[in-house]
Amino acid sequence: MTVQSSLPPVRGPLVYRQSIWTRLTHWLWAICLFFLLLSGLQIFNAHPALYIGQQSGFEFENAILEIGAFNTPDGPRGRTIIFGQQFDTTGVLGMSGSAERPEYVGFPGAVTIPSYRDLATGRVVHFFFAWIFVAALFIWFLASFINGHLRRDIIPSGRDLAGLPRDALEHARFRLRHGRGYSPLQKLSYFTVFFVLFPLIILTGLTMSPGMDAAWPWLLDIFGGRQTARTIHFIVMVLLVLFFVVHVTMVLLAGPLNELRSMITGWYRTSPGTPSEQGDRP
Amino acid sequence: MSRLIVNRRKFLVGSAAVGSSLALAGCNQFDFLGQRGNPVRQALEQANVLTYQAQRALIGNQVLAREYSESEIRQGMKPNGSTDPTTPEYMFLRMANFEPYRLTIKGMVEREVSFSLAELRNMPARTQITRHDCVEGWSCIAKWTGTPLGPVLDQAGVKPGARFAVYHCYDNIQRTVSGDILYYTSSDLVDAYHPQTILSYALNDQVLPVSNGAPIRLRIERALGYKQPKYLHTIELVDDLSPFGRGKGGYWEDNGYDWYGGI
Repeated sequence: MTVQSSLPPVRGPLVYRQSIWTRLTHWLWAICLFFLLLSGLQIFNAHPALYIGQQSGFEFENAILEIGAFNTPDGPRGRTIIFGQQFDTTGVLGMSGSAERPEYVGFPGAVTIPSYRDLATGRVVHFFFAWIFVAALFIWFLASFINGHLRRDIIPSGRDLAGLPRDALEHARFRLRHGRGYSPLQKLSYFTVFFVLFPLIILTGLTMSPGMDAAWPWLLDIFGGRQTARTIHFIVMVLLVLFFVVHVTMVLLAGPLNELRSMITGWYRTSPGTPSEQGDRP
Repeated sequence: MSRLIVNRRKFLVGSAAVGSSLALAGCNQFDFLGQRGNPVRQALEQANVLTYQAQRALIGNQVLAREYSESEIRQGMKPNGSTDPTTPEYMFLRMANFEPYRLTIKGMVEREVSFSLAELRNMPARTQITRHDCVEGWSCIAKWTGTPLGPVLDQAGVKPGARFAVYHCYDNIQRTVSGDILYYTSSDLVDAYHPQTILSYALNDQVLPVSNGAPIRLRIERALGYKQPKYLHTIELVDDLSPFGRGKGGYWEDNGYDWYGGI
């Protein structure tokens, strides 16, 4: 008995890490963002160009992105122009589908809802999930403020910021510690998502509504015009897709079963050496 | 206990598999949402009702859409939708320089009235430089001049039971084997009586061109472009939108676009 107890424990305690509010809203967002992204690309395809300013330049230049198809001596090609730089994006952007039946669309049908051109349906799907998305965010903010999740896990403290370089180094070496709370890098990325990206994508979305522009004209001022807001909406979408890629990669690296379990049941297996607290399970 | 853990593990693996296949399989499986009568789609469409009610509660009825300065008119107004109607009635009017044109107000009104273009031009005018937002995503700033619709409706005397104004247009937006489909749309009376809702006859200080809706285009500035009916000839006050077209209150609305159009 004494020999056994002197061995270091092979694993840390099972801790209750995620509240029901976090778990519920997490999966709601996962579903919402999936539909918002794919219906959003459908909406984008109705006019696959992005501008800076109040309006879209048809007789002057203020586009920063244009996706389209154009004719060449060898037949039509897909083309993407970013800040004046032309790229041949045949097969992905501007022109996709099979060689026999090419589709001349911005984003290919494989990543839009519906898979064919249907702006009306894209809008129906987008606005439905936008409401759910915002409602979930509201619930999460309220619950996290009350149960301390915001203060404890999301808003980086001075100590977190001081520990950031070391944490970045640990991540770079794939040395991931499973503690009771989030690491500084985790806190910072979730903070960015909840306090920067989510509010930005909601407010820029609202700025595209002519009704909301009448209600809250400051929307047009803070984003520098409806078309700039539309551009920011698109850029934040790209950043959220990047977040998703990193997020899923980190889940896979950190142990997908343990991470998924914590986001479904709330219970999380910590690394060996994590001190036990009341309420933990062995 | 061990059985529980195995089940939980199976559940986790299973949900991960379902989630990733959903993400990888493309989106053909959601094409059913494009079917206009599909019950799931109809449930999702309820969000548009919520949007309408929320915006009506949030935005004061008299609150104006932003008006811009002259310097922000940087281009001509981009024509879209119908740009050259080919119905006989319209082509006749166009050849006659719209001299015989009359705008009729009918339906749930005390008295049906109609006005010639000259009469409309003699009414108090409002000029506004506003941003036109197309449902496709683009915007274009232009100067619109016309007479506010509210006082025109008052001349007809809108009856208390009326809830909507239906805007009937000359343009054949779609030609089918069974004949032309004429453009129409509708709004509630809040939009109809909004101070910026004008029967416009001039665009950027010029007579409204055919490609932009001559002789009269209604402007509803707090809504998208498909709520700005061109080639307008009749405004009908009603309490029910179902008798018109396919019953959704407009040509694009019949094709699945939301009726409110403020988002």
